[in-house]
Amino acid sequence: MAALPLGHRDAVLHMREVDKTFNGGVVALQHMSLRVNEGDFISLLGPSGCGKSTALRLIAGLMPPTAGRIDWEGGQSADDLGVVFQEPTLMPWATVEKNVFLPFRLRGQKFSAVRDRIHEVLDLVGLGSFAESYPRELSGGMKMRVSIARALATNPRLILMDEPFAALDEITRQKLNDDLLKLKERANATVIFVTHSVFESVFLSDRILVMAARPGRIIHEIEVDAAYPRGIEWRTSKRYGEVAREASDMLHGALNTQEAAE
Amino acid sequence: MTVADTNTEIPTETDTAALVDADEVRRARKRRIEEIAKYVIPATVMIAAIWYWDRLVVWNEIEPYILPRPGLVLSTLIEDWGTLSTSLMVTLQITGMALAVAVIGGVGLAVIFALSRYAEMSFSPFAVILQVTPIVSIAPLIFIYIENRLIGLLLCAWIVAFFPILANTTLGLKSTDHNLSDLFTIYKANRWQRLIHLQLPSALPYFLGGLKIAGGLALIGAVVAEYVAGTGGIGSGLAFRILEAGYRLQIPRMFAALILIAVTGVIIYATTSLISHLALRKWHESALKRE
Repeated sequence: MAALPLGHRDAVLHMREVDKTFNGGVVALQHMSLRVNEGDFISLLGPSGCGKSTALRLIAGLMPPTAGRIDWEGGQSADDLGVVFQEPTLMPWATVEKNVFLPFRLRGQKFSAVRDRIHEVLDLVGLGSFAESYPRELSGGMKMRVSIARALATNPRLILMDEPFAALDEITRQKLNDDLLKLKERANATVIFVTHSVFESVFLSDRILVMAARPGRIIHEIEVDAAYPRGIEWRTSKRYGEVAREASDMLHGALNTQEAAE
Repeated sequence: MTVADTNTEIPTETDTAALVDADEVRRARKRRIEEIAKYVIPATVMIAAIWYWDRLVVWNEIEPYILPRPGLVLSTLIEDWGTLSTSLMVTLQITGMALAVAVIGGVGLAVIFALSRYAEMSFSPFAVILQVTPIVSIAPLIFIYIENRLIGLLLCAWIVAFFPILANTTLGLKSTDHNLSDLFTIYKANRWQRLIHLQLPSALPYFLGGLKIAGGLALIGAVVAEYVAGTGGIGSGLAFRILEAGYRLQIPRMFAALILIAVTGVIIYATTSLISHLALRKWHESALKRE
């Protein structure tokens, strides 16, 4: 997929001057504005406490913003979102296919009507032969794939991922990063990906929003101008190093000023 | 893409490894011995205890109306089987019905509590008061107000049995995974969908734990209520037989009835454990075999 310039793609979601203050006056997020375009892969990169997960929860509609607006282009419907949490968040009592069936079930569809789609998406994440397994029979990486399959299954307009691979070992994590990019392109999905790993964000995304804490806010935006598909060539390229350097510098700068202020 | 990478731990290593590890062999032997010992040891100890009971009576020349020999208890059990089995059926019936009503009442109330916090605030004090007040002190009142003896017994057994089911199921309905709960919110699940597809399955292991306790308590409740109800004539359960045999100094018969109650309790416990195992074996941690 050739990356179109940002302004030329259709918007999915607008965040305008969004604030979130928790009780006790903790400013979790300050003046966050963001336009998410179709096909974007946006990373929210920052240290803990920078409001990146808060931003995701706001977009997911799990809590309302204190101020500002979050608008879906063309209004919101129940199929807008797919979510992948840091934990696989599977129902242990249900088989893999029944877990992927969940979003369909909750909108009143019969299993037989969507079985083909469920198996297709399980094939896509490489778990076609595990449809009838229970989550406990799977490894951590495989559970995460089920979680991704569930998020992809309904073809949502936007997929939110909250540090999905943070709990996995480095090898599984790299493999899942590779696979995630392939899946994203095949499904032409739009993704917002929260991470505290500079390298993960540089490898995956076409936009990195570097965030800082206290108050949580976006301090810098990096456009990652490398074309997809990306693989080992991108991971070892000079440009990759430069972008990673830029993101790291911004993060460290933010941390230093934060510590100086304390 | 394939799953080959994440899947490598599943093929068994023993197939490919031709070498025999001494430690593994030792462990395997230990496991086999433990597997047999699990049945043999308790059975042996039980038999030894019964033998010692028998010897105790013989050595000390204890009269059968004080402590009968096990053989005498057994022959009484067979001789009086006609009366005892009828009583056993009565006790079983009350216990079973009380447990069934306790399950319906306990789960029903727990669901109502889960759906409405105000209902929980309003009614949980009653549940606690019923639970903490000893059944023997409520039972006489129950038998004054309720003329039908069977319903009176049932009510007593129910009061004792329902609380663990209510308490455990309520806890279980609240113990849903937060992320899963968020996911249901994101997918705009309604209250019933959340209850049926998230809360009830989450509560199942808790409920089954409560059921195991309630099974035993239903029997205790049935027996205690019968003691309080006293002589009943028609349709008297095992507890009544024990009382009656006590008055008549038929001690062997008391023991026989006692053994039937104990065996019933064990069977109830085994049954509820089996139900629990069958319901959870595929997915729950408690049913997992550690490698």
